[in-house]
Amino acid sequence: MRYAMAIDTKKCVGCSDCVVACQTENDVPIGYCRDWVVEVMDGTYPQLEMEIRSERCNHCKNSPCVRCCPTGASHYNEGGIVLVEKDKCIGCSACITSCPYDARFVHPEGYVDKCTFCLHRVKKGMKPACVSVCPTKCMYFGDLDDPRSEVSMILKKRKWKTLIPEAGTKPQLYFLI
Amino acid sequence: MNSRRQFLKISSLSAAGLIFGGGLLDAFASNLVKTNPSHFKGPFDFTRTPTYCEVCFWKCAGWVYKDENGRIKKIIGNNDDPNCNGRFCPRGTGGVGMYNDEDRLKTPLIRTEERGKQTFREATWDEAFDYIAAKLKKVKEEHGPESLALFSHGSGGKYFGNVLKGLGSNNIAAPSYAQCRGPREVAFIATYGQGINSPENTDIRDTKCLVLIGSHIGENMHNGQVQEMSDAIDKGATIITVDPRFSTAASKSKFWLPIKPSTDMALLLTWMNVIINEELYDKKYVEKYCYGFDQLKEHVQQYTPEWAYGVTTLKPQQIRETARAMANAAPAVIVHPGRHVTWYGDDTQRLRAVAILNALLGSWGRRGGFYNPEKASVPHYKIPKFPKPNKSWREALGGKYKLADLALASGLCDASMPSPELGHQIKAWIVNGTNLINTLPNQANTLKAIQELDLIAVVDTMPMEITGYADVVLPECTYLERYDSLRVSQGREPSIALRMPAVEPKYNTKPAYWMAREIAKRLDLLDYFPFENLEDEIDWELQQVGTSLEEMQRIGVKRIKREVDDLYFAKDEDIEFNTNTGKIELYSTSLADEGFEPMPVFVQHPEPQEGFYRLIYGRAPMHTFSRTANNPNLTDLMDENTLWVNPKVAKEWDLKNDQYVYLENQDGIISDFSIKVRVTERIRFDSVYMVHGFGHADKRMKRCFGKGVSDTQLITNVMTDPIMGGTGMRGNFVTFRFDNKKEA
Repeated sequence: MRYAMAIDTKKCVGCSDCVVACQTENDVPIGYCRDWVVEVMDGTYPQLEMEIRSERCNHCKNSPCVRCCPTGASHYNEGGIVLVEKDKCIGCSACITSCPYDARFVHPEGYVDKCTFCLHRVKKGMKPACVSVCPTKCMYFGDLDDPRSEVSMILKKRKWKTLIPEAGTKPQLYFLI
Repeated sequence: MNSRRQFLKISSLSAAGLIFGGGLLDAFASNLVKTNPSHFKGPFDFTRTPTYCEVCFWKCAGWVYKDENGRIKKIIGNNDDPNCNGRFCPRGTGGVGMYNDEDRLKTPLIRTEERGKQTFREATWDEAFDYIAAKLKKVKEEHGPESLALFSHGSGGKYFGNVLKGLGSNNIAAPSYAQCRGPREVAFIATYGQGINSPENTDIRDTKCLVLIGSHIGENMHNGQVQEMSDAIDKGATIITVDPRFSTAASKSKFWLPIKPSTDMALLLTWMNVIINEELYDKKYVEKYCYGFDQLKEHVQQYTPEWAYGVTTLKPQQIRETARAMANAAPAVIVHPGRHVTWYGDDTQRLRAVAILNALLGSWGRRGGFYNPEKASVPHYKIPKFPKPNKSWREALGGKYKLADLALASGLCDASMPSPELGHQIKAWIVNGTNLINTLPNQANTLKAIQELDLIAVVDTMPMEITGYADVVLPECTYLERYDSLRVSQGREPSIALRMPAVEPKYNTKPAYWMAREIAKRLDLLDYFPFENLEDEIDWELQQVGTSLEEMQRIGVKRIKREVDDLYFAKDEDIEFNTNTGKIELYSTSLADEGFEPMPVFVQHPEPQEGFYRLIYGRAPMHTFSRTANNPNLTDLMDENTLWVNPKVAKEWDLKNDQYVYLENQDGIISDFSIKVRVTERIRFDSVYMVHGFGHADKRMKRCFGKGVSDTQLITNVMTDPIMGGTGMRGNFVTFRFDNKKEA
């Protein structure tokens, strides 16, 4: 099993609903976020292009954060989801430095926090909060090992890219372009 | 960041104390739960309760979930709701912040000193109601019932409306009309005999071509439309965006037409010219359904693409190409009528041009164009007839704007100032859920009107600026803490939705229904409020349509089947439109009868002087007007507006990104606060842009006080629509200042 997410940059309007839904679902304190929106503008007036991306932890297959964690708090869980076991985390922030996507932060309670792909929901057969709230339905989530999953199908159909592939982390967030 | 978080922690602890404190629970029980003990305990899982959202007018239905401690955790869309399809927008998802906001109004307040100064004393509800009732009585006796007015945006308006109508006044206005969508309704009624209403009957889901003119779907988060635009993108629809700004929608568009602001009418007329002269229009449709084609054809000959180039700065080829793209997709094409359309004072005429263009393309009544919406008919409990007003709101406007189909908030405000022209003067305002200071243009005018009043009572959840000018402030509980009348929405499939309290009202706040009824009690108007508790009235209504309160508490939304499947016109169907001619009026007989142009004409609007830039304002997806500006969840996403400035302009003024500047408008009004500059290629060089709803001046709203600039403060030039009185607000120009010192 290999959980992954595909995000359609052609449909995302950058409304940040994914951010609020994640905060309320996962009790992320106000002032912090596990996912965020990036707008990249290119060109000069009036020849312009813009890409909008909802970003979060890439749940990399080859995660520098897991490798560098001195206590084993950062680990691979079900379906390759990268998690932090907060009781084991000493808040040293080595993982934060190692992450090329800047996906982690120190929770005010002292441990490192990040996106979990809403594993607690996924286990119940639900989709991550961000995916199920998105008004544009621009996010697809599922098992890449299952060729019939929504995410496998859309990646077959559409052109996509990953972020900073040169870092060699094998990220599992795919952006449809 | 640290201190804010700690503060929130403390406040949520104290909130828990309040919620579970025995005293308050008792007090609550005596007010709300008396006749129906099942409201908070029921045969179903009360970890979730149904609601429909009050953060904006789209009114999506959803579920409020509580955690194991009974505290609101999250709000999620209801899958059965056609307005949201189970997906809330960021504001709806963040609606919980409205409940948690520690700056909320907490108890009734009565002014003790002069207006404009925050000198209130805390009052009991009885004191507040006695005060209001006594003043209403006195004003009615001295000046007649026509001197009473209600301004409202939100659910409570209906209840206070009953008080007002019971007293014999129909001066009931919402700024959502003359400050927003009014011209659209009047234009479509003039053309098709039918308005657009809300949610809009645009069939975006199945369109092949969506034309947006200054409408920035995606930044305006009108949920259903955003969802459907995404569906249309999926299906490969062509989007054409006309906007001086490279909006989010523009970034999704095949064609972006960066039009010179204020010249949209020229483009619309030229599109008609191309579509008619190249014979791209739907000939059968026009012949069968439309009136006045020959006049229109002749009328638009003057508006050639080459002429339009000089006016709009759009290349003739671009205009022709986009006209053909529309015609190619027809009839599955939508020239979107927008929503906030009060721009330049000729707005009804501009929206007429939009309506006409759609008729030429044959999109009205066609799949992928405009569908025929249906609304559930829910009977109301019979109450006695309201007394007929001696003078109606139309007389308060001095007989002007005969084609307005609803009262004008701006008109009632103007009628509150002494004037020899007007029939009577308004002396008392009830203001429900609308911050008129930031809603009506020309703040000085609004403040002047307020000084003339004998009473201003304001109902709100937040200490918005308008509450600072009130004689009495009534703190309403949020939509998460109250029942409200059923939501009965139009749509492809009619639906009804229930709002019920998820938790008891925090602080000493109350639902508007209870407040209105308490005031009615003191004015001998209880006959208009036959139900002590609103939920009993809701239950009665639900029983009439074959359901019940109990069932709706479990399902939240009920879809009602259409009686006839008439979403679209049938092939060659004979249709009589509700216009004078029974046809779609390309040539408007009703406008001609009133002495207005029967077909839209292009009028040149004033342009900025050297060194000034046209002030354009719009929406951000995470905020609704100014009402969400202090919401902790939503300010976390966006806590101030920025000023979009083209790099050329920035260079000329030596402006850097993130630098704060003040703005001064053409009338010498200088912004109270400063705004952060965002240098971007995404805006024309003759305009600047900001999101509406920031620059709050009330210190009681700690998170948003002084953050960003209020566009409303800078909108002092109002271009009034002669047809229906809409307040055009895009004729204001600003320049940059590096201090806000007023010159002596």
